[in-house]
Amino acid sequence: MIYSAIVFLPIIASAFAGLFGGFFAPKVSEYVTTGTLIFIAILSWVVLLGSGFDGEALNVKVNILTWIDVTGFKANWIIRVDTLTAVMFVVVNTVSSLVHVYSIGYMHNDPHRQRFFSYLSFFTFAMLTLITADNFLQMFFGWEGVGVASYLLIGFWYKKQSAGAAAMKAFIVNRVGDFGFALGIFGILYVFGSLDFDTVFAAAPNMVNHSFSFLGYELDVLTTLCILLFIGAMGKSAQFLLHTWLPDAMEGPTPVSALIHAATMVTAGVFLVARTSPLFELAPNALAFVTFIGATTAFFAASVGLVQNDIKRVIAYSTASQLGYMFVALGVGAYQVAIFHLFTHAFFKALLFLGAGSVIHAQSDEQDMRKMGGIWNKIPRTYAMMLIGTIALTGFPLTAGYFSKDAIIEAAFVSHNYFSVYAFGAVVIAALMTSFYSWRLIFMTFHGKSRASKDVQSHVHESPLVMMAPLYILSIGALFAGIVFVGYFIGDNQSTFWANSIFTSESNHILHDLHGVPAWVKYSPFVMMLLGFALSWYFYIKHPKIPVSLAKSMDGLYKFLLNKWYFDEMYDFLFVRGAQKLGTFLSNKVDKSIIDRFGPDGLASLTVWITSRVSKFQTGLLYHYAFVMFLGLAFLLTYFVLSGGAA
Amino acid sequence: MSDWPILSIVTFLPTIGAIFILLLIKEDNEQSKNNIRNIAFLTTGVTFLVSLILWVSFDTTTAEMQFVENAQWLGGNINYKMGVDGISMLFVILTTFLLPFCLLASWKTVKNNVKEFMIAFLLLETFLIGVFSSLDLVIFYIFFEGGLIPLYLIIGIWGGKNRVYASFKFFLFTLAGSVLMLLAIMAIYWDAGTTDIVELLKHDFPAEMQTWLWLAFFASFAVKMPMWPFHTWLPDAHVQAPTAGSVILAGLSLKMGGYGFIRFSFAMFPEASSDMQMFVFVLSAIAIIYTSLVAMMQKDMKKLIAYSSVAHMAYVTAGIFAANAMGVQGAIFQMLSHGIVSSALFLCVGVIYDRMHTREIAAYGGLVHRMPFYAVIFMIFTMANVGLPGTSGFVGEVLTLAGIFQVNTTIAMLATSGVILSAGYALWLYRRVIFGDLSKESLRDILDMDKREKYILVPMIALTIFFGFYPKPIFDITSVSVDNLIENHRQDLDKAGKLPDDIRVKATASVTAAKH
Repeated sequence: MIYSAIVFLPIIASAFAGLFGGFFAPKVSEYVTTGTLIFIAILSWVVLLGSGFDGEALNVKVNILTWIDVTGFKANWIIRVDTLTAVMFVVVNTVSSLVHVYSIGYMHNDPHRQRFFSYLSFFTFAMLTLITADNFLQMFFGWEGVGVASYLLIGFWYKKQSAGAAAMKAFIVNRVGDFGFALGIFGILYVFGSLDFDTVFAAAPNMVNHSFSFLGYELDVLTTLCILLFIGAMGKSAQFLLHTWLPDAMEGPTPVSALIHAATMVTAGVFLVARTSPLFELAPNALAFVTFIGATTAFFAASVGLVQNDIKRVIAYSTASQLGYMFVALGVGAYQVAIFHLFTHAFFKALLFLGAGSVIHAQSDEQDMRKMGGIWNKIPRTYAMMLIGTIALTGFPLTAGYFSKDAIIEAAFVSHNYFSVYAFGAVVIAALMTSFYSWRLIFMTFHGKSRASKDVQSHVHESPLVMMAPLYILSIGALFAGIVFVGYFIGDNQSTFWANSIFTSESNHILHDLHGVPAWVKYSPFVMMLLGFALSWYFYIKHPKIPVSLAKSMDGLYKFLLNKWYFDEMYDFLFVRGAQKLGTFLSNKVDKSIIDRFGPDGLASLTVWITSRVSKFQTGLLYHYAFVMFLGLAFLLTYFVLSGGAA
Repeated sequence: MSDWPILSIVTFLPTIGAIFILLLIKEDNEQSKNNIRNIAFLTTGVTFLVSLILWVSFDTTTAEMQFVENAQWLGGNINYKMGVDGISMLFVILTTFLLPFCLLASWKTVKNNVKEFMIAFLLLETFLIGVFSSLDLVIFYIFFEGGLIPLYLIIGIWGGKNRVYASFKFFLFTLAGSVLMLLAIMAIYWDAGTTDIVELLKHDFPAEMQTWLWLAFFASFAVKMPMWPFHTWLPDAHVQAPTAGSVILAGLSLKMGGYGFIRFSFAMFPEASSDMQMFVFVLSAIAIIYTSLVAMMQKDMKKLIAYSSVAHMAYVTAGIFAANAMGVQGAIFQMLSHGIVSSALFLCVGVIYDRMHTREIAAYGGLVHRMPFYAVIFMIFTMANVGLPGTSGFVGEVLTLAGIFQVNTTIAMLATSGVILSAGYALWLYRRVIFGDLSKESLRDILDMDKREKYILVPMIALTIFFGFYPKPIFDITSVSVDNLIENHRQDLDKAGKLPDDIRVKATASVTAAKH
C-alpha cells in the first residue's frame, strides 16, 4: 500500500492540477501537488530507514495490472521495491518535494503555474515508475515518460523560440539513446525469452561466452546487450556524444534544471546500469566501454565548464561531468559507489541549481555571470548556500562529495579494467577543473565589483523563505549525507544494506581494495581541489585581467572550449542538415521525378491525352474505374457460371 | 440472439439508412439538410451499438469463424458467406466506431450536396464492414473494390483544388492491383474449386503457384497499404480529400491492405510468404526511413501526416511477415491504434483548416496562446504518433519490432531507427504550429475548439491512453486466432521443409580459454 501510494499519488495530484487546476486559484494546485510530494517524500524516508538499515533485505513486489500479454512477449505493471529502489525513492521524492516548495516562490508571477506544477508531479510519477520497474518494458515506460516530462518542462516558456528548440532537441537526442535501449530490450527478449528482471538475471550466467548473430556479425551476447542498454543510458545521462541536449535544456525554468537535469532524470542512466548489474558484471568488455565513456565525459564536460559564462550552463556541464564520474564507478564495478555519488550529488547539485535560481531571481533574471559580481553581502544567505554546495561538489573534507567522489577516484585507481589508467587520469584532472570552475562561478557571481546595470543593482534582494527553506534542507544533505551514510552505502555494512539489489561477482573486491590505495592517490583529489581553488582565486580575484589575456593568447583553445568542442556544429551539419537535405531530395527527386514520373504520371499523361480526345467530362475517371471493375466482375461471373458445371 | 444474421445487419444497416435518406428527403433546404445529417448520424450510431454485440458475445476461446452466415448463390459456386474471427472482428468495430466521427467532423464543413455526401458515406460503411466480414473471395472482392467508388466520389466531389490529379493517381495505382487480384481469384478457383475463404485456408496450393498468387495479391494490398514505392498516391489523395475522407483513408482504407495481407497472402500462401519475407522486410525498412525523412520536409500538414502513415504501415507489413505471434499481434494492434491516432491527427488538422482554410505549416505558429485546449489534444496525439509508452501507438510498435528482431536483427535495427525519425518530424511539426509567439496577424482571433470538436477528439484520447496502458481487451480477442494462424503457418512450412531453425545463441568455448 505504502509503495503504491508513493508511486501513484503524484499522478493523481498532477491530473488534478492539470485538469481541474484552472477552476481554482493557482494556490490550490500548488498546495495539492506540493503537499502530496512532501507526504510521499516522508514515506520514502520511512521506507529507506525502516528497512535498509536493520539488516533485513527489502524485497517487495506489488502486482498492479497486466500490460502486454502476447505469446512470447509478456510484461506486467509491477512495483518492485528493494534497497536500490528505496534509495532512489529518497533521492527523487526529497528533491522533488523541495523543488515543488521552491517553485511556489520562483514561479509566483507565472500565469500558467497550475500547468507547471502538474508537469512537475507528472515527471515525479514517471521517474517513480522507472525506478520501481520490475521488467525492462516498464522501465522503458518510465524512461520515455521522464523524457516527455523533460520535453514539456524545457519548453514550458513556449513563447521563446529557443525553449521550443531546446525541448525538441532534448527529446530527439534522448530518442537516439532510446533507440539503443529499445534494441537492447528486443535483444534481451530474443536471447532470454523474457523481459522480467529476475528471470533474465537468473539466466544471465548461462549466457557467458555465448554469441548470437546481430547485424550480420556473430557477437558476444552479454557484451552486445549491455552496450545497447548503455547507449540508452548515454542519452538520458547526457554522456559524451549524446550530451548536447543537456546544456540547451537550461532554457527551462531553473527548478526544472535542479530536479530533472541535475538530481533525478539524468541519473536514470546510472540507475539503469546499477539495476542491470547482474548483466554488466558478466560483461567486462561492456564495463570497459562504460568506463571509457564515463571518464571521457568527466574530462570533456569539465573542460567546457571552465569557460562558460552562463551560470546555469556551468552547472549543467558540471552535472554531465559528475555523471561521468558515476559511470566510471560503474565501469570499474563499484556500483555502490556510483549510487552513493548519485545520492550525494543530488543534494549538492540541486542546492547549486536552486541557489543559482535564487541568484538569477535576485539579479532580475540575468544569467550571464559577466554581468554579475559583488553581491555576496547583499544576498548573504544565498551566498552561504552556494558556498556549501561548492565545497561539497569540490570534495572538501567531510562534506558529502568528499566521501563519494574520492571513492570513485580511488576505485578507478585500484580497478582492473582496460581503461583504468585513462579513467584515473581523467577523473583526477577533472577534479582540478571542477574546483576551478566551481570557484570561478562563486567569484564571478558574488565577488569583485558589480558589473550589473545600476537598475539591476538597486533591485538585488534576498529570496523569500519559501525559496530559501529548500536550500537550507538541501545544504544539510550536502554537508552530512556523506558522513552519515558512507558506512552503509560503501563501507563495512554495504553488503547487508544493499542486500541483493546490486550484484557483484565473486572476483569483484573493489570496495574492499579501495581502502588500501597509496597515500598519494588518497590525497590527490584534495590537492587538486586546493590547486583549483588557488588558480581560480588568482585568476578571478587577484588578477582578473589574466583570464582575458589568456583567452586572447590562446584563442584557438579558448574558442574550442567555449564552443563546446564544436559538437553542436558538427551534429547540425551531419545529422540535422543531412537529414533535411536527404528528405528534400527524396521528396522532390525520388518521389516526384522517379516514382511518379515513370509510374502514375507517365501513364496519366498518356491517359489524359487519350481521354481528352474521347471525353471532356472531368470526373470521367470514376466511370472508367467502375467500368473496369464491373467488366472484370462480369468476366469473373461468366467464368464461374460456365465452369461451374465442370468443376 | 445468435440466430440473428448479426453481421449482415451490421453490414447493411448503413445501406438501409442511405436508402431511407434517398427516398424520403427530397427538398433541399436547411431543415432537410439537418434531417439528413441527423438520420445519417443516427444510422452510424446505431450500427456502432449493434456492432458492439459482436464484441460482447465474441467467443475468445476459439479460432473458428463466428457469427457465420451462409446463403447459396450462383449455383453453390459462389456463396454469400459472412463471418468474423479474432483477426477481423475488431476491424469491423473500428469501422463502425470511426464513421459517426466522420459525420460529426463534416457536420458544418460540408454544405453542398449534403444528401449525396451522407449517402456516399453510409454506402462506404457497408463496403468497409463487408471487406472485413466476408468469407467468400468474390464477395470480398466486390466489397474491396466497390468501396473505392464512394471514396472516389468523396474525394472527387467534396475534395480540394487538385482532386482530379489525386483521383487519377489513386485510380492508376489501384487499377493495376485490382486486375491482378481478379486474375489471382480466378486461378484460386481453378486450383481449389471453391472461393470459400475458410476452405481455402485449409487448401494447400502448389509451391510454384503460391508465388504467383502471392505476387498478384501483393500488388493489390501493397497499393492499399501503401508500401513503398507504391505510396505516392496517398499524400495527394489526403491533401485533396475533405477531413472525413482523410479519416476513412487513413483510419480504414489502409487497413484493408493489412487485413488482406494477414488473411490471404500470409495465411493462404505460407511458403511464398516465407520466401518473400526478405522482400517485404526490405521494402518496409526503406519505407520507414524514407517516408519519415520525406515527412520531415513537407510544408503541408496533411502530407506530413500522410507520409507518417506510410511509415507506420511499414511496421505492420514487416510485423506480419515476421511470422510470429508478436509480429502479427503487433501488426493488428498497430493497425487498430493507427486507425484511431492518425484519424485523430487528420481531425486535428481539420480543426484548424476549418478556421484558416490552409494546411500550410508556415501559416501557423504560436497557436497555444489562443487554443490551449487544442494544444493539449494535439500534443497527446503527436506523442501517440511517435509511439510513446502509455499510448496505444507504443504497444503496436514495440510488438512488431520485437517480432522482427526475432527474425532479422538488421531489419529490426533499421526499423527501430523510425523512433528517432518520427520524433523528428512530429515534434518539429508541433513546434512550428503550436509553440512560439503568436505573431501572425491572421491568427489573432482564432478560436479554441468548440463542443462538437471536443466530443469528437476526447473519446479518441481516452481510447488511445486506455489501450496504451491496458491493451488486454484487444489481445483477448486476437490472441487465439493469431496463435492458431502462426501454428498453421509453421506446420505448413514444416511440411514443406522450410521451417527456419531456431538456434539463438552459440557457445564460444574458445573465448574461455583465451581469456584466462
